Amino acid sequence: MKEILSGNEAIARGAYEAGVKVACAYPGTPSTEILETITRYPEVDASWATNEKVALEVGIGASFGGARALVTMKHVGVNVAADPLFTLSYTGVNGGLVLVTADDPELHSSQNEQDNRNYAKFAKVPMLEPSDSQECLDFTKLAFEISERYDTPVLLRTTTRISHSKSVVELADRTTGLPEPHLVKNPAKYVMLPGNARGRHLIIEERTVALSKDACSMPINRLELRDTKIGVITAGVSYQYVREVLPQASVLKLGLVHPLPHQLIRDFAAQVDQLYVVEELDPFIEEQVKAMGLQVTGKEILSLCGELTPGRLRKGFGLPEVAQGAVETLPGRPPNMCPGCPHRGVFYTLNKLKAYVSGDIGCYTLGFMPPLSAMDTCICMGASIGMATGVTKVLPPEERKKVVAVIGDSTFLHTGVNGLMDMVYNKGAATVIILDNRITAMTGRQENPASGHTLMDDPSNAIDFPLLCQAIGVKHIRTINPLDLEECDRVIREEMERPETSVIITDKPCVLIKRDGVYTPGHVLEVTEETCTGCRACLKIGCPAIEWVPSSGKKGKAYIDPLLCNGCEVCRQLCKFSAITEAKNER
Amino acid sequence: MSDKITNILLVGVGGQGILLAAEILSETCMLAGFDVKKSEIHGMSQRGGSVVSHVRFGKEVFSPIVPEGEGDILFGFELMESYRWLSLLKPGATVVANDLCIPPPSVLMGQDSYPPDLAQRIAQRFPDFILVDGQGLATEAGNARAANTVLLGAVSKRLHIAEKFWLESIERMVPKKALAVNLKAFEVGREL
Repeated sequence: MKEILSGNEAIARGAYEAGVKVACAYPGTPSTEILETITRYPEVDASWATNEKVALEVGIGASFGGARALVTMKHVGVNVAADPLFTLSYTGVNGGLVLVTADDPELHSSQNEQDNRNYAKFAKVPMLEPSDSQECLDFTKLAFEISERYDTPVLLRTTTRISHSKSVVELADRTTGLPEPHLVKNPAKYVMLPGNARGRHLIIEERTVALSKDACSMPINRLELRDTKIGVITAGVSYQYVREVLPQASVLKLGLVHPLPHQLIRDFAAQVDQLYVVEELDPFIEEQVKAMGLQVTGKEILSLCGELTPGRLRKGFGLPEVAQGAVETLPGRPPNMCPGCPHRGVFYTLNKLKAYVSGDIGCYTLGFMPPLSAMDTCICMGASIGMATGVTKVLPPEERKKVVAVIGDSTFLHTGVNGLMDMVYNKGAATVIILDNRITAMTGRQENPASGHTLMDDPSNAIDFPLLCQAIGVKHIRTINPLDLEECDRVIREEMERPETSVIITDKPCVLIKRDGVYTPGHVLEVTEETCTGCRACLKIGCPAIEWVPSSGKKGKAYIDPLLCNGCEVCRQLCKFSAITEAKNER
Repeated sequence: MSDKITNILLVGVGGQGILLAAEILSETCMLAGFDVKKSEIHGMSQRGGSVVSHVRFGKEVFSPIVPEGEGDILFGFELMESYRWLSLLKPGATVVANDLCIPPPSVLMGQDSYPPDLAQRIAQRFPDFILVDGQGLATEAGNARAANTVLLGAVSKRLHIAEKFWLESIERMVPKKALAVNLKAFEVGREL
């Protein structure tokens, strides 16, 4: 049967067809939909872990128990999971284990554009890289076979364009007859103390050599001989751009990007006049080909930064440009917090109090955008609290008071909680605001250990943040309504003054939560034209439902779009003239 | 089947339903026996950002994104976004745009003004331009929220794919309770 699937959906389908029993992940763009799709298959135990390291450890446990396990994450998630990954490389697997790393060249929704192919080489683990959705499905299945045949975890690397592009895919049935899981004791293989690990290191070096040799005859490393003037080594989405822009060129298409098939590359180089490597980001293949002593062109003509596109590839190869001139500059359209978002009042207050905001990763990172403009740092998941501790160590007392860490519920549980333990233990004096909106919102509303439900929609324990903070030893814990500006101002101001650790927890849900009884919109508001003085105070919160109408009245007036307003009433509290009231006609 | 690839760009503002329209379009192409690829960036799509979806179909499609300057049809859900992405089109391309202006944040805050005369400016550069009152026509068809389907109907007339494939994919992709009004909206669009 044929279906149009995204790369992510095809990986989920491939894992299902491969007989996977356990799938575990922490959500992160562009990887999130893999686990969301896998919930369609009740044969697979799918779950959101608290972070990527835990996700991989759950996968390792399932593998050691004898089942096939899929673990997925975005590129920066592998940084978090790197610790178990590097030693898992030594132990190898029992049931096959595939780790999907979804990279984000061009930083469509990430804090960096690191090239995770380097992890394959660094951790000495084979890596497959599909070029379309069919290959996402096929390579996922193949990855499990390679994992078991070579006793190794296998990395499957996608990029945003592969994960989020859709193409036609042929589906098959689920594999049957895999061994049933049972306990296996083999300490020499699974207990990585120095004595055992030294022996395992020898084995993985041999494994890489064997894989490099076998890769020369793997059908996924494919020679396409056409005109031999130009020969291009490429993989992943870059292959598609090469076929688009250089239809006559000969191509060595690599499905396995680590280890490289050395002999196949030498043979290809011998058959073409000029050898190129076309790859996004780092010269990962190029440097290895150069180290083989071959003449090759790569990053001399293509950028180390951003995605490739057909146009950028044309330019690299000196082909005439076909693109039209860009239109004149238009007002930009950056993303924004939703109307009624519970983060808005907090960031308005932090801006007003001139706080130094140690930020984190989530929807609230949009608090950086004007007019809220209340975020001073953003590095990685969970970093806000540790960084707040660090900066208070070096500041004079008066400036120290300005330091506020902001972190979402899911991010706090991911890696922020360790930072809070450290802050209390080492007597850090910053204010921490946990923006608890009951969901992992930025990646599209995923459940988390504080939301009360699992990925499979089963009711589960919801972590009690005040109790957790109390157990960690925080003495000053306050819960506030983030839509009440007076309360935000008073509480945040008091806690910033305090020369010790304090935690403020906000308690309003994300407006996008669909589950019954969690979020209820308020009464739609409207601006009374006669009373509005055009003071623009309500514009300072940057709500998408509030529009400035310059032609209204003498100097302009505000207008609230009734289709967008969620009735959070934050704007109403800012209007000194009581011009914002409940709309007479409810939508 | 000729080797020609048809390149379509669907552009607008996050939350307008662009992804679903692109799904219906891709599904239709597959049902009609074409190879098809569709690409867009998720993540920001629910938060009011600018959204571009690429759909390419033909005998064999390689790149999932439309090569710069090779777009055949621009399917715009909002006027300023339609104008913004004209640079991806080839000369003589077709533009089907919704007559709808959604002010971006800087305009909402009164720091910028929404660019004037966009429809005329599009028509000057691309004479094969249809401005569609999506919301108005959808309201006549029974529900203003079916505006995208009116536009899809207008686009469908510019593509050489039998109507039955369009209807089949709409039936597959649109929720049952909204199906009747969407089929009607599609017919309204096809008459434009």
